Amino acid sequence: MANCLRRFGRLGLISKAKNGNKELYSTASVSPVSDDNTSSTKSINLFTAVNQALHVALDSDPRSYVFGEDVGFGGVFRCTTGLADRFGKQRVFNTPLCEQGIVGFAIGLAAMDNRAIAEIQFVDYIYPAFDQAGDIPIVNEAAKFRYRSSNQFNCGGLTIRAPYGAVGHGWHYHSQSPEAFFCHVPGIKWLYRLAVEEVPENDYMLPLSEAELIREGSDITLVGWGAQLSIMAEACVEAEKDGISCELIDLRTLIPWDKETVEASVKKTGRLLISHEAPVTGGFGAEISASIVERCFLRLEAPVARVCGLDTPFPLVFEPFYMPTKNKILDAIKATVSY
Amino acid sequence: MFQSLDFPGGRVAFTSEMSFIAESSEKRVKCYRVLDDNGHPMSSRFEQISKEVAVKMYSSMVTLQIMDTIFYEAQRQGRLSIYMTSNGEEAINIASAAALSPDDVVLPQYREPGVLLWRGFTLQEFTNQCFGNKADYGKGRQMPIHYGSNRLNYFTVSSPIATQLPQAVGAAYSLKMDRRDACVVTYFGDGGSSEGDFHASLNFAAVMEAPVVFICRNNWWAISTPTSEQFRSDGIVVRGQAYGVRSIRVDGNDALAVYGAIHAAREMAIREHRPILVEALTYRVGHHSTSDDSTRYRPADEIQHWKISRNPLARFRKWIKRNGWLNDEDESELRGNVRKQLLHAIQLAERTEKPPLEDLFTDVYDHLPSNLQEQERLLRETIEKHPQDYPADVPV
Repeated sequence: MANCLRRFGRLGLISKAKNGNKELYSTASVSPVSDDNTSSTKSINLFTAVNQALHVALDSDPRSYVFGEDVGFGGVFRCTTGLADRFGKQRVFNTPLCEQGIVGFAIGLAAMDNRAIAEIQFVDYIYPAFDQAGDIPIVNEAAKFRYRSSNQFNCGGLTIRAPYGAVGHGWHYHSQSPEAFFCHVPGIKWLYRLAVEEVPENDYMLPLSEAELIREGSDITLVGWGAQLSIMAEACVEAEKDGISCELIDLRTLIPWDKETVEASVKKTGRLLISHEAPVTGGFGAEISASIVERCFLRLEAPVARVCGLDTPFPLVFEPFYMPTKNKILDAIKATVSY
Repeated sequence: MFQSLDFPGGRVAFTSEMSFIAESSEKRVKCYRVLDDNGHPMSSRFEQISKEVAVKMYSSMVTLQIMDTIFYEAQRQGRLSIYMTSNGEEAINIASAAALSPDDVVLPQYREPGVLLWRGFTLQEFTNQCFGNKADYGKGRQMPIHYGSNRLNYFTVSSPIATQLPQAVGAAYSLKMDRRDACVVTYFGDGGSSEGDFHASLNFAAVMEAPVVFICRNNWWAISTPTSEQFRSDGIVVRGQAYGVRSIRVDGNDALAVYGAIHAAREMAIREHRPILVEALTYRVGHHSTSDDSTRYRPADEIQHWKISRNPLARFRKWIKRNGWLNDEDESELRGNVRKQLLHAIQLAERTEKPPLEDLFTDVYDHLPSNLQEQERLLRETIEKHPQDYPADVPV
């Protein structure tokens, strides 16, 4: 992961599912592009993986920095444990409590040819960095940095990390999935990683913007990202019992997203179902649906299905009702297949 | 020959000596205090309070302390998802509330439940919100400690830091336009003072001449971030002048000092149509929340020192007892009663059913729009097909 940050060096926002305490396994194994041929992997949770990657990044690049609120003692999700002790407080440090400041500072640091890895404590708090009137760091600044200066300047060395998504008790302000807002901004990349996966033990590289085929199938294509994938995987297993063969794709990067992989799959199966936690209206599923309809119209056997969050703020007591559950997905799979 | 420049804001005198204003004064801004560590008034000139008010203040501080202990324990037992205490900040909570009128509008951060308590929010009402049952005014939508009451003029708590500050200014402007004998009071911590919203708010408040009292609970720690990593100014009080806002620093653990300062601030805000900034120095004795273990980033003896030697209840208690207004039996009885009430409230709250399913969809807008009507319909179909996926205590 550190290698991919280094080689690709694109501005990326990485969101991580917060279900760190639950054992959520994707059925995929990572297909790394690594320099050596050793391929031992082990299953670790995302926060451990992030921590290891940050250790590698800071160790290998003296111009890299990690900062944000409370990162010094390890962070509220423990992603930054041990970094300040090992690399010093000038490279790993707490910032004042100010998201617009964190992102603005990170942009400047990245523009001076450093690798700035900024942490936003919960992605729900990213909005001040998004939408301060008159000075909109992520949208108006980071996203357009290279473009408006005609590549004289860029902040490609900027990465913003933020945990997202439902956690069982996070409600309005610790559970959001704001990807739709950011995917509407040309110039940034928005990535997801799952909570627990098999991760190679050595440094390795993953190509950004490539979706991953997690499960092969022939009757219907399912597309998702982040924590929702494990729910979808369960639905695929259940659907198999009813004789429905599901193909499951982890999009991994939302912007730019891997249209070719999804298109190839839908040309094979003729059916598409998208699932995400964020509210359905204007959600990223709408973009995927529209694009695939454009590309695969004559091949489609049924309307594209979307199983998503409701169009309400993320509720606490009502969370189980809000969420796109396995059974909601399963019902939609069956309805689509028998359309 | 011009000695000065006529410039917006007033005449500016010239000088031929180049000198920079120092980044900080040699002496820190003094801290207003009434009671010394032993509860003796340091001077006879302070805002006097009656026995009734003093006893009510002390009782409320005790109640807040016990409520914090019991709810914290409940979280540890898995009965609450999360809890945040106000340990160490009972004087700020109660004494500031006591100095206000019920018409003053309060916009809290999240560590000021004592203000609601003072105004009459019952232990059962607190408990209902924490357990998210159908009696919760928030209809189970928010996490514990996110209280609100329009009846008691206390805006509903919102987690993001400092968002309440610019809102407080707008609300104050409304009070001014309505010529109300009332002000807005808004709270935030040392961490909150770093947010962009803080700067916007002070500036707006000064320009709009809004009757708002900004109360900063400088409790030293913003989760794991100490004030040395939060700012380099002499705390928050010195920032007032930068925006043209009158300010004072007060001992946050001295109930009488807090009472006096807020009472004075309120009068100025309303009569003079101006914002006031009050920085109350205190210490966050508890962890940030039940998801935090502060011994990981600060020394245990520092916590103990503030918990014991700087305890706001202890100091106030000494003063009250010396006045003959309270004895040990009264206090024992009070503590026993509060504990019993809270345990009963929890039992009742846990037995009370959750809000009905329709409350998932209401209040997104004034009236239910068609997309939500359709989603509710589809959801109900799903629930009928898969009832096992859904909690039994939410009535559909």
